[in-house]
Amino acid sequence: MLSRRIIPCLDVRDGQVVKGVRFRDHVVMGEIVDLALRYRDEGADELVFYDITASPEGRSVDRGWVERVARVIDIPFCVAGGIRSVDEARAVLHAGADKISVNSPALERPELIGELAAAFGVQCVVVGVDSLRDADGEWRVRQYTGDPTRTQALPRRTLDWVVEAQQRGAGEIVLNCMGSDGVRQGYDLEQLSVVRALCNVPLIASGGAGAPEHFRDAFTQSDVDGALAASVFHSGAIAIPALKQSLTAWGVTVRP
Amino acid sequence: MGVVLVDAGGTNIGSVRYALRRLGADAALTSDAETIRTADKVILPGVGAAGPGMARLRELGLVELMRSLTQPVLGVCLGMQLLCERSEEGDTACLGVVPATVSRFVEQPDLRVPHMGWNRVRRQREHPLLDGLGDDDWAYFVHSYAVPMGDYALASTDYGDEFACVISQGNFHGMQFHPERSAKVGARLLKNFLEL
Repeated sequence: MLSRRIIPCLDVRDGQVVKGVRFRDHVVMGEIVDLALRYRDEGADELVFYDITASPEGRSVDRGWVERVARVIDIPFCVAGGIRSVDEARAVLHAGADKISVNSPALERPELIGELAAAFGVQCVVVGVDSLRDADGEWRVRQYTGDPTRTQALPRRTLDWVVEAQQRGAGEIVLNCMGSDGVRQGYDLEQLSVVRALCNVPLIASGGAGAPEHFRDAFTQSDVDGALAASVFHSGAIAIPALKQSLTAWGVTVRP
Repeated sequence: MGVVLVDAGGTNIGSVRYALRRLGADAALTSDAETIRTADKVILPGVGAAGPGMARLRELGLVELMRSLTQPVLGVCLGMQLLCERSEEGDTACLGVVPATVSRFVEQPDLRVPHMGWNRVRRQREHPLLDGLGDDDWAYFVHSYAVPMGDYALASTDYGDEFACVISQGNFHGMQFHPERSAKVGARLLKNFLEL
């Protein structure tokens, strides 16, 4: 049986891992390779690296650190940040990343998803969706969330985008629920469950993890395939081995 | 000459090469027929689709050569599928050194495709390739097509149905998961291959 995945997310800025609250006010958490190795040793199932300023700055990911990570890491990792073309994606994959994740550039030009899927197969193509509930109760997507001064609210409904992204060739969806991000009050189970019902590819929950129970709830109530978190892992508030023991005790299948 | 990695255009070549280097093996990346023919061990990595994968081997003039190899050969992920007779993916004729037809996972409500993540590797037969594999060892998979069970299956994995995740037919071997991304278990199985 396929295990549920625990995925530390490392936001990268200027070659270092940073973390903000509600996508703002970033502080440095450590060096990329050091943190990657630490999480590998603790039993992380996968790592996600977001070059959070690449897209707002109109550039692609810095391949140097992708290669440094690939040399030492023996678990899968995904790289995101300003990938706008098949050539840029190829460079990141050839540097050693297993998957690439597109977010803002896919909103700029949705055809990008299909082009990437045709070039590398859907299994390499992750679509990240930054979603926030608007005053009218609808979840809609946000663009350029790495830079608060450039973040844009789009008219596109999150649920429509999740369906379209799959039709275009997304092999996995990461749903960043911005309303719960960084505040450690739990994943947005309501939104995740609604998206799950529309998502036939693996779905990864992001935003809001603060306690082991939050992971359990995302797996058992919203049936997500993986749960991504950053600050609770970086700060040591949750240790991955203990988290996995708790999940196993609760009947959630995880890799020991 | 030692281990070579066949450059058939797969994007995981870099990671497989780094994994071999971590085991102390410096694998040359090549599409040269003579280099492949004279290597001690040949690894065919692969990420992508069967059709383009075979087209690339044909363009390079490597199809007959790959079939005729007598040293240990390891196909990884798509590389393992290319060892089979056919793949349903694009209805592609493959190398045909393992008597199997690769088929797509059938989507079910609780079975998402691609099969992506860590799953258990269950031993079916004793083989040096599986030395050190425990009863509760997990490997990392990313694929939408799979090789059915058969006499060639050394190990299996459950996803909907049971499928072959490690295969062996004569000198040809395959791993459906990514050993280069399967932590200690993957490193051990890669090391086993290097020692065959």
